[in-house]
Amino acid sequence: MEIHNSPDSAEAAAHVPDAHEDHAHPTWSTYWKVALILTAITVGEVWAYYIPSFVASRAFVPALLIMSAFKFVIVVMFYMHLKYDHKLFRALFTGPLLIAGTTLIALLFLFGHLTVFQH
Amino acid sequence: MSATVTHHYTSTGLDNRKIAIWAFIGSECMLFISLISTYLIYKGRSVVGPLPHEKWTDPSTGHTFAPILNIPVTSMSTFVLLMSSLFMVLALAAVQNKGRPLPANAGWWTRKLASSQLWLFMTALAGATFLGFQAYEFTSFVNEGLTIKTNLFGSSFFTLTGFHGAHVTAGVLWLLALLSIDARRGLGPSDALNVDICALYWHFVDVVWIAIFTLVYLIR
Amino acid sequence: MASTAIATPLAPTAYSGEQSGVWSWLTTVDHKRIGTLYLFTALFFFMWGGVEALIIRAQLGAPNQHLVSAEFYNQLFTMHGTTMIFLAIMPLSAAFFNYLIPLQIGARDVAFPRLNAFSYWVYLFGGIFITVPILFAVAPDGGWFGYAPLTTRAYSPGINIDFWVIGLQILGVSSLAAAFNFLTTIINLRAPGMSLMRMPMFTWMSFVVQFLLVLAFPVITIALVFLLFDRFFGTNFYNTVDAGADPLLWQHLFWIFGHPEVYILILPAFGLVSEVIPANSKKPLFGYPVMVYSGILIAVLGFGVWAHHMFAVGMGPIADTFFSLATMLIGIPTGVKIFNWIATMAQGHVRLNTPMLFAIALVALFTIGGISGVMHSSPPADLQQTDTYFIVAHFHYVLFGGSIMGIFAGIYHYFPKMTGRMLDEKLGKIHFWLYFVGMNITFFPMHFAGMLGMPRRIYTYDAGQGWESYNFYSSIGSYIIGVATLVFAWNFLKSRRSGAIAGPNPWGAATLEWTIPSPPPDYNFAKIPTVTSRYPLWEGKEADLESARFNAQEGKTAADFGIVMPYNTIKPMIVAFGLVLMFCGLLTSRVIIFLGAGIMIVSLFTWLLSPLEPEHH
Repeated sequence: MEIHNSPDSAEAAAHVPDAHEDHAHPTWSTYWKVALILTAITVGEVWAYYIPSFVASRAFVPALLIMSAFKFVIVVMFYMHLKYDHKLFRALFTGPLLIAGTTLIALLFLFGHLTVFQH
Repeated sequence: MSATVTHHYTSTGLDNRKIAIWAFIGSECMLFISLISTYLIYKGRSVVGPLPHEKWTDPSTGHTFAPILNIPVTSMSTFVLLMSSLFMVLALAAVQNKGRPLPANAGWWTRKLASSQLWLFMTALAGATFLGFQAYEFTSFVNEGLTIKTNLFGSSFFTLTGFHGAHVTAGVLWLLALLSIDARRGLGPSDALNVDICALYWHFVDVVWIAIFTLVYLIR
Repeated sequence: MASTAIATPLAPTAYSGEQSGVWSWLTTVDHKRIGTLYLFTALFFFMWGGVEALIIRAQLGAPNQHLVSAEFYNQLFTMHGTTMIFLAIMPLSAAFFNYLIPLQIGARDVAFPRLNAFSYWVYLFGGIFITVPILFAVAPDGGWFGYAPLTTRAYSPGINIDFWVIGLQILGVSSLAAAFNFLTTIINLRAPGMSLMRMPMFTWMSFVVQFLLVLAFPVITIALVFLLFDRFFGTNFYNTVDAGADPLLWQHLFWIFGHPEVYILILPAFGLVSEVIPANSKKPLFGYPVMVYSGILIAVLGFGVWAHHMFAVGMGPIADTFFSLATMLIGIPTGVKIFNWIATMAQGHVRLNTPMLFAIALVALFTIGGISGVMHSSPPADLQQTDTYFIVAHFHYVLFGGSIMGIFAGIYHYFPKMTGRMLDEKLGKIHFWLYFVGMNITFFPMHFAGMLGMPRRIYTYDAGQGWESYNFYSSIGSYIIGVATLVFAWNFLKSRRSGAIAGPNPWGAATLEWTIPSPPPDYNFAKIPTVTSRYPLWEGKEADLESARFNAQEGKTAADFGIVMPYNTIKPMIVAFGLVLMFCGLLTSRVIIFLGAGIMIVSLFTWLLSPLEPEHH
C-alpha cells in the first residue's frame, strides 16, 4: 500500500511546493485506522443496545456517551485535521462547542432531566 | 493548501474562506444543540404514541404500536455515512496530490487512490444512500402512524433528523458541483482549499449524526 | 501627540472615475458605500420606530384615552421594540462595522465584499417585509419577544405573527452572513503589525459582537423554526394544550438568544465611545487590555445569565441562585469599563464637542441603567419589578441612554470621515441637550410608575392610581426627543452639502482611519500601512508616519497605484431578493416559494462562478 501523504517520505517532500507546508499531515494509514475504529465502536454501540442487562445497568448511558464522544473526537481530529491544523481553527471550533455543551447541560437541568443534581 | 494562489495579504497567512467555514461550523454547533436540547427536553413527555423505544397502546382503539425506531436500518445508514467521511478524506488527498507522478510499480489500488473523481463520487453516493435510508425511515414511520403532528416525539424527531438530512442534501449538491468541475477541467492542488472546505462541512455533518445516533436512537 | 501635518483642502475631493447614480448603489460591493446604505436605512427605521413610540406616548399621556384601539396598541409596542432592536440599533452598529472595521485595521475591504452586499439587501428587504404590515393594521402583535404559546396559531390566528416569525428569520440570515464576514475580516485582514492587542477598541468590541451573533442567532433561528412549523405545519413544539408541550421551551430558547442580544446592542456603542473619549481627551484609552478582557468576559458571561429574564416563572432555588449570581457578576466587567472611561477623561485635555457630550452621556446614563439592572438581578426584587414600567425604564436607560447615545457619539465623530464635512456643532449641541433632557424626562418617571405597579404593555389605565403625572411627564419628554431627532435630521442633510470641510483628521485622533483622506478613496489605503503602535498618529514610529504620509495623498485613483478593485455586481441583491421572495411564498402560494428558491439558487451559482475582481499578476 502506498503512502501518499507522509511528510517523512522523501518522495513526497520533494514535491511540496514551498516550505510553507510545514505541519504534518495524516496519512492514508491514519485514515484507514480511523475508519476501522469508527466502525468498531459503532458495532460496539449497537451491540450494547441489544444486551438487556447492560441497557438496564447504570453504566449504559455513560458508556454510550463516551463511545460516541470518542467517535466525535477522532473524526474532528483526523478527518477534519484539527490535530494538524492552525490553532486558530481549534479555538473557532472548541469555543462554540463548549458554550453549546454547557447550554445543553443547563437546559436539561432546568427542565428536570438531570436528576443526579436534584433530590 | 499553500499551493492556492492568494492574491491578497492576510494577517494569519490562512485563507479567508477556511476561517469563515470554521466560524460557520462553530455557529452550526449552536444550531444543532438547540435542536438536540429540544428533543431531549421532550423525551418521555409525549402524551400519545407511537413512541421511540417503548410499546404504546391507544386506549380508545386498543391498537398497540411497537417501538418505532428501527435500529438495524439506522445502524446501516450510520455506517454508510461514517464511510462517506473516509471517502471524503481520500478525495481531498487525491486532489492535493494530483500531478504527483505515481511510482512505476504503482498497482491498481494506488492508481484508484489517486482518482479524485472516484472518491468524490463515492462520497456523494454514500450521502445519497444515507438520504435514501432516511426517506425509507420517514415513510415507514408515517405508514405506522407517526407524523410530525402526532406527538412531541414526532415533532422533535422529524425536525431534528430532517434538519440533519437537509444538511446532508446540501452537502451532496456541493459534492456534485465539485465532481462536475472535476469532470470538466480536473481538480488539482490549486483547488484543494475548495475541496477542503466542502470536506470540513461534510465531516461536521457526519459528527452531528454521530451525536444524534447515540442520543436519539441508542439511549433509551 | 501631533497629528500629521496635512493641509486642509478646500472641498472634499472627487475621484475621477468614481461611480454615481442609483445603479452604482445597487451593485456596490464597497464596504464604505454599504456602510452608508446601512446608515441611511437604519436611521430611517429609527425614525419610524420613533413615530411608533410617539403614538404610544400620546395614547398613554393621560388616563382612559382611546387614540388607538387595544389591538393596534399591541401592534405598536411590538413593532416599536422589533424595529428599534432589529431594524435600527443593530443595523446602525452594522453601519459602523462596515465603515470602520476595514479602515481601523488597515484593509482595503472586508473579507467577502459580495457577501457584505448580500447582508445589506437581505436586511433591507426583511425590514420592509416586517414593517409594511403596520400600515394595514395587520402588524405582529405578540411583543418583540413573541412568547409562545401566545404566538401559536391557537391564540394568534391572524397573519400578524406570521410576518414576525418570517421577518425575523430573514433578518437573522442577514446578521449571520455579516457576522461570518466581519469575523474573518478582523482575524485575517489586519495590516502588518496590527496585532490583536493593537486593534482600536471599536474593532475589538465589534470582534466580540461577531462571536455573540454567530452563537446567539442559531438559537433564535431554531426557536423560530419551531414556531413556524407549529403555525404552518401543525407541529407540537409549543402546543401546551393537546400535546403536553412545555410553556417554558420558547422562553428558554428565546432568552438564550435574547440576553447575548443585549450585548450585541450595547458593545458596539461601547466601542464607539472608546474611540471618541480618547480622541477628545487627547489621551490614550486608560487600561486598554482590561477594556479588552472585560469585553470578552461580558460576552462569555452573557451566555450564562439568560434565565434572569424568567425569575417570575419559578425555576427553583438552584437555578434562581445561579442566574442571580451570574447576573451580578456580569456587572463587574461592565463597571470596569465605566471607570476606565472616567479615568481616560481624568486629567486629559477634554474637549466638550458634540460627540464627546454624547459619549459622556453614555457613561452617565448607562450607569443608571446598569444599576437598576443589578437591582432586578435579585429574584425577590425582580418579582416586584418584573412586567412593570420599572423594567421599561431600566432597558431604555441601557438602550437609549447607552446604545443610542453611543451611536450618536459615533455619528458625530465619524460623519466627517464619511462625508468629508463636519456636522454643524451648534445644531449638534441643541440635539444633544434636547436628547439628554428629553430622555431623562421620558424614562426617569417610568421608574416611579413601575414601582407604583403600572404594568407594561397596557394600552390605557384608570385615573387615581398615582400614575397620571408620571405618564404625562414621560409623554412630554418623548416629544422633546422627537423634536431633537428632527434637529439632527436637518443637521445631517444640511451638513452633507454645506458643512465645514473636515480634512483627514479633524479631531486629531490617533488611529489608522484618520491617516487617509475624508471621504476615503475607494481603495482606502494607497499602501497597506505598517503598524508599530496602538496609536499610530500619536506615538507611532517612522514606519507608521511614513505609511500615514503616503496614504494621505488626495485625488488619486486605484489605477494610479495599480490597485485591483472588485467588480460591481447586482447578483448579491438578486440572491437576497430570491431569498425573501421564497419566504413570502409561505404566506401566499407554493409557486412563489419555488420561484424564489429558483431565483436564489440560479443567481447564487452565477455569483459563485463569477470572479470577484479582475485577474492580476
